[in-house]
Amino acid sequence: MIRFILIRLLQAIPVLLIISVVTFAMVRTAPGGPFDQEVKMQDEVKAAIEAHYGLDKSAIEQYFVWLGNALQGDLGPSFKYPNRSVHELIGDAFPVSLELGIWAMLVALTLGVGAGLIASTRPNTSRDYLPMSIAMFGICIPRFVMGPLLILVFSIYLQWYNSSGWFFASDRVLPALTMGIYYAAYVARLTRGGMLEVLGQDYIRTARAKGADEKRIIFKHAFKGGMRPVVSFFGPAMANLLAGSFIVESIFQIPGLGRYFIMAAFNRDYFLIQGTVMTYAVLIIVLNLLADILLVWLSPRLRFD
Amino acid sequence: MPLLDVRNLRTYFHTRGGITRAVDGVSFHVDKGETLGIVGESGSGKSVTCYSMMGLIPQPPGRIEGGEAIFGGTDLLSCSDEELRSIRGRRVAMIFQDPMTSLNPFMRVEDQLIEPLMIHQDISKADAIKRAIESLEEVGVPEAEKRIRSYPHEFSGGMRQRVMIAMALITKPELLIADEPTTALDVTVQAQILELIANLQKERGMAVVLISHDLGVVAGAADRIMVMYSGKVVETGETESVFYNPRHPYNRALQKSIPSLQQKGEELYTIPGMPPDPTQIVEGCAFAPRCEFADEACKSGLYELKASASEHATSCKRTQNKEIILTPNANG
Ligand SMILES: Nc1ncnc2c1ncn2[C@@H]1O[C@H](COP(=O)(O)OP(=O)(O)OP(=O)(O)O)[C@@H](O)[C@H]1O
Ligand SMILES: [Mg+2]
Repeated sequence: MIRFILIRLLQAIPVLLIISVVTFAMVRTAPGGPFDQEVKMQDEVKAAIEAHYGLDKSAIEQYFVWLGNALQGDLGPSFKYPNRSVHELIGDAFPVSLELGIWAMLVALTLGVGAGLIASTRPNTSRDYLPMSIAMFGICIPRFVMGPLLILVFSIYLQWYNSSGWFFASDRVLPALTMGIYYAAYVARLTRGGMLEVLGQDYIRTARAKGADEKRIIFKHAFKGGMRPVVSFFGPAMANLLAGSFIVESIFQIPGLGRYFIMAAFNRDYFLIQGTVMTYAVLIIVLNLLADILLVWLSPRLRFD
Repeated sequence: MPLLDVRNLRTYFHTRGGITRAVDGVSFHVDKGETLGIVGESGSGKSVTCYSMMGLIPQPPGRIEGGEAIFGGTDLLSCSDEELRSIRGRRVAMIFQDPMTSLNPFMRVEDQLIEPLMIHQDISKADAIKRAIESLEEVGVPEAEKRIRSYPHEFSGGMRQRVMIAMALITKPELLIADEPTTALDVTVQAQILELIANLQKERGMAVVLISHDLGVVAGAADRIMVMYSGKVVETGETESVFYNPRHPYNRALQKSIPSLQQKGEELYTIPGMPPDPTQIVEGCAFAPRCEFADEACKSGLYELKASASEHATSCKRTQNKEIILTPNANG
């Protein structure tokens, strides 16, 4: 097991390097530069600024300077927010996205697994069709519709929650729902599929023959195996959730990581782009690894190989 | 009064391809302590017969259309779910064909073994585990105390079937239904498992329903035999009588195809033709198209079991009317 984790971590190194090179190359070849958009600068001023940030060196040189700094935890400066380093910006924003992501994940798991279990125990009846149609609905409604819809109902009509901001505990509810419901819908479908597959297995018949009741069948015999699709889905999905969502963070005015992705790209904020992409890459790798570890732990047969 | 009395059981599957009459009017009984063998080709309805009694038919598509199965005064087909659950796993236990898929790969053998006790008896987990270790030893699993902590995939097929047997017998049931318990195992292991079941049965005075598509397997173990074809019972009687005095051509054909009774070097005998499509209603005797003794009359009319003096019943009209007399085993 430890060997498996070590191997996976070693494999991550070249992956991260390749991602950093590709991002670097794409960012630098994109037309326009960080100091092009606003009022036209004098050429010598621009040259001075570029020299200050080391942008006058060759691209290869620049990459290795960045890599060297990054390995020491310095992700470079931001052009858009000149007083702050990329490291600080991400350090401030990531915990916010992380918190929102965790709430959203809890919403997704409770609603999704609950609905999936209900549906799977009575397949092809109204108890299956109803939650599954709602799930389909949840998948189809984009978050930029769901967010305002929730605001309309819960902040404007019912006045239960603030419509935006990230100050009080209650401010977490609507964004977490907006993000969570979307994933809940996927989780519901995956739970249903996974459970139905397991419930059709011979060993479930054996459990029934032993006199086990429905509750015991579902939770003792089927749940572990039935949740495997959800677990493998959740590796990458969690990375998405934790890295923040530009849409949800914009709707609710949340100071999270998600908006930096887009803003940085618009502003050609080279180091910020590179920093957010690398953060996201690390998240994906770590969470996929966690999901795989969980999967192995769930299947005794894999555990010993 | 018999331990189990099944009358006119009918179980159909309602599928897109039509209605499969998997079990169509089957009646039989099992007495205390005896072994009833059920034989028939694949698809003849042996498993569905037993699953129906145990409430293990997937519904839908399956539906029990009629009949009763009286066990200890309770009709298993019409009693409440709760009542049925309290009987299965406690008074009636079952083992299945494929020990590789019949044990839960996600649970330790220990937790699966003690489950019938935990469900049906007021017993502490520690005591249940003690009983489980004893029952593993009883079925011949070596190092039971250690092996009980393993997962099913750490056992061989034969050992898994032993675990299944230990699990089924841990509550000391009055009836064991064994659905092709040896079909998935290799020949030497097959004999061991059958012997194990026979020994445990003798010790406990338990009744056994032994299902197999191999008449040879059943003949060695059963007191009585029931031959099924296309969802119906075509012949039933004492093992010796069914074996040495066959009264249905299908039974005789099955005997001819027992591998161990065929001469060495001879090509294996297989019954020509295919069983009928179970979604079609067959006029007359279902076996007639494959039967070497069939005449025109066999293709129409109703075919029902009729017993002769010795309780040996057949649905074949030609033997009932003494038009043909079947000899045991074509080679002899
Ligand atoms: N879940 C199901 N859905 C539809 N048809 C089924 C189902 N289970 C069984 N059947 C049908 O019922 C008939 C009898 O099947 P059954 O499993 O009882 O045969 P069997 O005698 O046990 O054969 P085998 O030796 O292969 O186990 C078959 O025609 C089969 O196709
Ligand atoms: Mg079968």
